[in-house]
Amino acid sequence: MSPKTLYDKIWDAHVVHEAEDGTCLLYIDRHLVHEVTSPQAFEGLRMAGRTVRAPEKTIAVPDHNVPTTLDRTSGIKNEESRIQVEALDKNAQDFGINYYPVSDVRQGIVHIVGPEQGWTLPGMTVVCGDSHTATHGAFGALAHGIGTSEVEHVLATQTLIQKKSKNMKVEITGKLRPGVTAKDITLSVIGATGTAGGTGHVIEYCGEAIRDLSIEGRMTVCNMAIEGGARAGLIAPDEKTFDYVMGRPHAPKGAQWEAALAYWKTLFTDEGAHFDKVITLKGEDIAPVVTWGTSPEDVLPITAAVPAPEDFKGGKVDAARRALEYMGLTAGTPLSEIEIDTVFIGSCTNGRIEDLRAAADVLKGKKIKEGLRAMVVPGSGLVRAQAEEEGLADIFKEAGFEWRLAGCSMCLAMNPDQLEPGERCAATSNRNFEGRQGRGGRTHLMSPAMAAAAAVTGRLTDVREMM
Amino acid sequence: MEKFEKITGVAAPLPLINVDTDMIIPKQFLKTIKRSGLGVNLFDEMRYDGEGREIPDFVLNQPAYRKAEILVAGENFGCGSSREHAPWAIKDFGIKAVIAPSFADIFFNNCFKNGILPIVLPQDQVDRLMDDARKGENARITVDLEHQTVSGSDGTEFRFEVDPHQKHCLMEGLDDIGQTLQKAAAIDSFEQGYAARMPWV
Repeated sequence: MSPKTLYDKIWDAHVVHEAEDGTCLLYIDRHLVHEVTSPQAFEGLRMAGRTVRAPEKTIAVPDHNVPTTLDRTSGIKNEESRIQVEALDKNAQDFGINYYPVSDVRQGIVHIVGPEQGWTLPGMTVVCGDSHTATHGAFGALAHGIGTSEVEHVLATQTLIQKKSKNMKVEITGKLRPGVTAKDITLSVIGATGTAGGTGHVIEYCGEAIRDLSIEGRMTVCNMAIEGGARAGLIAPDEKTFDYVMGRPHAPKGAQWEAALAYWKTLFTDEGAHFDKVITLKGEDIAPVVTWGTSPEDVLPITAAVPAPEDFKGGKVDAARRALEYMGLTAGTPLSEIEIDTVFIGSCTNGRIEDLRAAADVLKGKKIKEGLRAMVVPGSGLVRAQAEEEGLADIFKEAGFEWRLAGCSMCLAMNPDQLEPGERCAATSNRNFEGRQGRGGRTHLMSPAMAAAAAVTGRLTDVREMM
Repeated sequence: MEKFEKITGVAAPLPLINVDTDMIIPKQFLKTIKRSGLGVNLFDEMRYDGEGREIPDFVLNQPAYRKAEILVAGENFGCGSSREHAPWAIKDFGIKAVIAPSFADIFFNNCFKNGILPIVLPQDQVDRLMDDARKGENARITVDLEHQTVSGSDGTEFRFEVDPHQKHCLMEGLDDIGQTLQKAAAIDSFEQGYAARMPWV
């Protein structure tokens, strides 16, 4: 048998039907649902008199619209947001799917809740009407975002019509230097390949620096596979993965655990398997990075300066000019001199316990710069509870951060957490698009440790200076 | 879904790379629980100022392009989120085809589910069509899905590739779910074998 990649293996195990032109019907093991991309899909089911084929494999949680302030128990004030969350409440009940409502301590960002509850397991196919579904690839699951029509298709049939993507390998060799994190890896890869570098491909991340990452760090890396244009990102499961999964509420137990484990241990890329594209970065060469523009590929080491449009070629010249104007930046300015107004720590990219630990580590015994607005939004109610137990919440609060409830929050600003026009934010989220965090808002992406360092100095800061 | 017919119409030029889904339809319009009515908010933050007044320079606000049926744009169009609100807004505005050197995956797929044809052409051909598009009413572009061609105002034809299955569904206006449900027996039988092999799933 010819050698297979990890992606080939997972794909092959899920093909229900293959047409002559290669179009496949792929079986879906887990369907995650949130309130923004699902109402039209449930409505479509109702109109056609259809049901959810596998409600036990469907998991819903509201995250995008929910306020993160403590008063949210009294209800959502924005009427449209409230209607959307109420629609999910009703749809979850009507169709009998697994549900974590706003009032449940386990509620949080769908991509944090899924793994936390053991819904996401190695070798699975996982989809959600959300591009950051790529996150679940950290477990060696084939996970990607889908549109609302496809959400409806999966609800009705538990399958997806797909054509196989190409295989791409991203290898990070060697060790990371101190102060360099999973976020710096994933942003540096996008900087190297561009935001379309992975288009049409499923990326497998491998190499020593990836193996050395915790599961939380691997989720950060896979989360941004979509920002590199890839359909999904994958990391082969190993002992760290199995340790993370074991004992979680929906993970297999007893004899089923043993059977699952035996299968999961076959989930790796065979020696000699073919990759259509290969990118290799040296772990030692990766620095703490920040973005300067309005695309995640606009990334540079914190020690660099704002580039000039003329530094680029083709369509990127105009794009860079537009980005600099939007961001209010002048070419040649050292990145570490850019002053910020706001710090946002959270999101499905960096809202897990390890991220909060890294930020708290920098902030311990320090205060944020006077006049700065800073907030921590844990990725789930359980992350929040754990951070409180570990004393991290106190460190954030003493430093001057707001300590919020779980949700997507300022990552995409569908709830009240938004930037004002011109407000400049150091953010641990995943997109620095124009208007992403609020109309006219200016986003610089970075790791939690770098965001914490920026909170202390009030400007983009090399976290290594504070270590 | 309605069938995709041959289009001859005005094309709006949007010579930007990496046009993302937040530009196409900003998040404040994702709160709807309907699919319709988003056209008025297509490219909202580029199209209107902070007070909701039209920005006259923006292409879709110019008289020639208010009824554009085709959009010509730069590479990696539709990058970012999976929100189907992006193609819903494009369709609701009246645009039926988008021409670009490349598209982001999820957006590309979402277009087909909504009767929109995304057309990939080499950069030099997109550049020529972009020049045509800049002439507004004076240079109509024709998109012929059946023959897989785009014709510029001078009659030059550019051939494009399209997945045969997606072409068929678009031309016939077919509903994916209905087609898949015809394979229900195959899904049943897969599920049975799968449950035996991987009972923990």
